[in-house]
Amino acid sequence: MTYQFDFAALLPYWPEFVHGLWLTLQLSAMATVLGFIVGTLCAIGRADGPPAVKWAVAAYVEVIRNTPLLVQIFLVYFGIATLGFRIGANTAAVAALVVNVGAYTCEIVRAGLESVHKAQLEAADCLGLSRVQTYWHVVLRPAVERVYPALTSQYVLLMLASSITSQISAEELTAVANRVQSDTFRSFETYIVVGLLYLLLSFVVRIAFWLVGLGVFVRRRKLGTAL
Amino acid sequence: MSAVANPTRAAREDTPRSPQAGAPVVRLHDVHKSFGALKVLDGVSLDVGPGEVAAIIGQSGSGKSTALRCINALETIQQGTIHVCGHAIHDPQLDRRALRRDVGIVFQSYNLFPHLTAEQNIMLAPTCVKGMTKAQARELAREVLSHVGLAEKAEHYPEQLSGGQQQRVAIARSLAMRPKLMLFDEVTSALDPQLTGEVLKVMENLAREGMTMILVTHEMAFARKVASKVVYMHRGRVWETGTGAMLDDPQTPELRAFIGNGL
Amino acid sequence: MQSFGLAHVEFLAWAALWTVGLSAIAFVGGGLLGFAVALLRVSANPAARLAAIVYIQIVQGTPLLILLFLIYFGVAVIGFTGVPAILAAGAGLTIYASGFLAEIWRGCIQSVPKTQWEAAECLALTRWQRMTRVILPQALRIATPPTVGFLVQIVKNTSLASVVGFVELAQAGKLINNSIFEPFTIFVTVAVFYFALCFPLSTWSRSLERTLNVSRR
Repeated sequence: MTYQFDFAALLPYWPEFVHGLWLTLQLSAMATVLGFIVGTLCAIGRADGPPAVKWAVAAYVEVIRNTPLLVQIFLVYFGIATLGFRIGANTAAVAALVVNVGAYTCEIVRAGLESVHKAQLEAADCLGLSRVQTYWHVVLRPAVERVYPALTSQYVLLMLASSITSQISAEELTAVANRVQSDTFRSFETYIVVGLLYLLLSFVVRIAFWLVGLGVFVRRRKLGTAL
Repeated sequence: MSAVANPTRAAREDTPRSPQAGAPVVRLHDVHKSFGALKVLDGVSLDVGPGEVAAIIGQSGSGKSTALRCINALETIQQGTIHVCGHAIHDPQLDRRALRRDVGIVFQSYNLFPHLTAEQNIMLAPTCVKGMTKAQARELAREVLSHVGLAEKAEHYPEQLSGGQQQRVAIARSLAMRPKLMLFDEVTSALDPQLTGEVLKVMENLAREGMTMILVTHEMAFARKVASKVVYMHRGRVWETGTGAMLDDPQTPELRAFIGNGL
Repeated sequence: MQSFGLAHVEFLAWAALWTVGLSAIAFVGGGLLGFAVALLRVSANPAARLAAIVYIQIVQGTPLLILLFLIYFGVAVIGFTGVPAILAAGAGLTIYASGFLAEIWRGCIQSVPKTQWEAAECLALTRWQRMTRVILPQALRIATPPTVGFLVQIVKNTSLASVVGFVELAQAGKLINNSIFEPFTIFVTVAVFYFALCFPLSTWSRSLERTLNVSRR
């Protein structure tokens, strides 16, 4: 019961923590951007593609959403190796996170697409816009704007879940923590510090998304009203 | 500002239809209420005696619904005093639950509990608040339901009832608490004309039985026929008061314009 | 070297039972704790509300993996040694689930229209009676689909319990892989087990949601 906390022992490792923080941010940013693209394309395919595409996307989303990220990471990391390709842990980590978050993004964006009124599509069609133009100019922006809060939450969860990639020794904050605690034997203190760093990161990510939203959703910024 | 500097001056000396024997059931004195910068009540004074039926009329935004909500302590006031059935509403120490045992309120949007049947909606408060047994409460529920002509709908859920029926159940739910005062907040505004009639009928019967009532309403014909006191509110003030006959002979240009629009 | 066979599938099936057991512990524990936090979150007392907000923010802003490490090393720090892995894992997942369920349920409670509170208040019901007789029965209906949906998250996240030494489905897969190294076959099989547990729950959650939307119209 008389445990002496010793956070001072961790002080020499601060550059490592900062580095880990930076790696986690990079990893999540990459997975977020790629996952958003994959997920949005899938959502469009699901809504408007030929039957085979619709079916394939539905299967992809169901499989990913009903299996753990950890198992997905193992499958990507070890599975690709058995296929004969050699990829590093970091590449596997990004790939697995993209595959994972792409499925969730697809579901969220799909809800957004469904919220766009049919009359909008008809109007665009009557103006002579092509399907691609219609999606790009008329559908996607309001759809994403409506589900932006859900996407933000999903990508904060993704950032936190990136800690799981430490299980295949990808380089990020949790992996750094594992190393530091085995060096210092101050395990409890190490994970308290890292927990706080993740908490900080989750606020940073939220603020970043808020700023991006301000930049992208001009109408909302000017009028302050929801679509 | 209108030509009438002090609007309460337009109040008439007509004696109300029902005798005003006892002390007032409701007394508002110089009540002020703002939502932020928006002044909603600007010195409202009003007395309602036992057995009286007071109808508050006026444009939307005139403060009439807010006045009603203040009487039941659903809104807090910034200045003035309100006494209701012996409760000092303006007092921060007000015992709200004791107040609500004496005052029933019916809302424009019915606000029945969707997960309970008509009967269960009515039984809830008597069992929870008055400690009645289930059997007593059920008997009471049947009684008040037949009072509003809906005895056969006891087992129905709100969504199975028409708007008019839901509103009558809401009235029955309030009656089951045996209130000394009933408040009605635009209770027919959400209803089709043909459903309005059945609700007004119930209210008219209540009035005839001697219930003290205050109603905010757009039904001019009803106000003229049933109310012993008609209160015209304008810009957060009591602009003109009188009997139903006041509506045939308005004293202020505002009330004249209001009635002109309404008819 | 032995290859992947029926014996391994059987081993995985037993491990799947542990996954179910751990999920049940986390759901019951997290549900009780989360309900209490949700009530605090909507209480009239500002201090209680703030405490609930801070708790939810911390739990939702920390990776479950870190939470599990903290419990694992934390119990040693306060003087307990040899705590069974299932207790450590159960405690970690309980805290995790409580933070998310509290927020889900807060949303459901607050989605009951304010006029329902008002109507209940005007019938002289006490705050507790308003909550238990009027608000919660309605919130419960709204809460069922997302709660079942979150159950899927719990089942999947039990896969992280291996870091505190608990052998469940994912860890069992890792153990088999360490001995025979056929990662693709093994982890596909593990994934199939998880899918078999989670997919019915997902489907159920969706159908509950559809029913709810129809009834609300």
